[in-house]
Amino acid sequence: MTSHLGLLVLFAVFVSIVFAALMRDEPREQLRFGARLLAGFVGAALVLSWLMYPLPL
Amino acid sequence: MRATAVERTQSTNPTLISIVAWMLPGAGHLWQGRVQKGVTFVVTLPVMFALGLWLDGRLFPFEPSQPLVALAAFASLGNGIPFVIAKLLGFGQGVVTAASYEYGNTFLIVAGLLNMLVVLDAYDIALGRK
Repeated sequence: MTSHLGLLVLFAVFVSIVFAALMRDEPREQLRFGARLLAGFVGAALVLSWLMYPLPL
Repeated sequence: MRATAVERTQSTNPTLISIVAWMLPGAGHLWQGRVQKGVTFVVTLPVMFALGLWLDGRLFPFEPSQPLVALAAFASLGNGIPFVIAKLLGFGQGVVTAASYEYGNTFLIVAGLLNMLVVLDAYDIALGRK
């Protein structure tokens, strides 16, 4: 769980839960919005990481 | 249920609710009858804060000479009572050499910032805007 990807996903889960609870009132809408947020966070992180992969440190 | 929450909201002081919401994440929502949201915040934000400490993150001190450190300290302060307890118990010293140090800092800082958003939401509810 302490791998970079595991921590990234864990962080995204927490942020998604809080934002979904803040921005939607109905539990079903919260679940849907939270899932979309989570997918967006993790997907964006993976795309950005692969785009940065060829760059020198 | 919603009518009860609105009635309760109109009889409470928004400033007092904001202070309570800051001290214990989610308490402002619980007080105003938003139980589902309140429980979500009560569980999520302190767990996120505790994870930040477990990952060897640092609770930064207020150092005006270093603006970024001061901003991180201000953000961590948003965690409320958990922040004060952790400081008093000597947690959050930070282990710079730990692989998870930056992740720990991120968890601690973002948990505080998220609680600030939760406080603003509780304040809006108390004013009847939501």
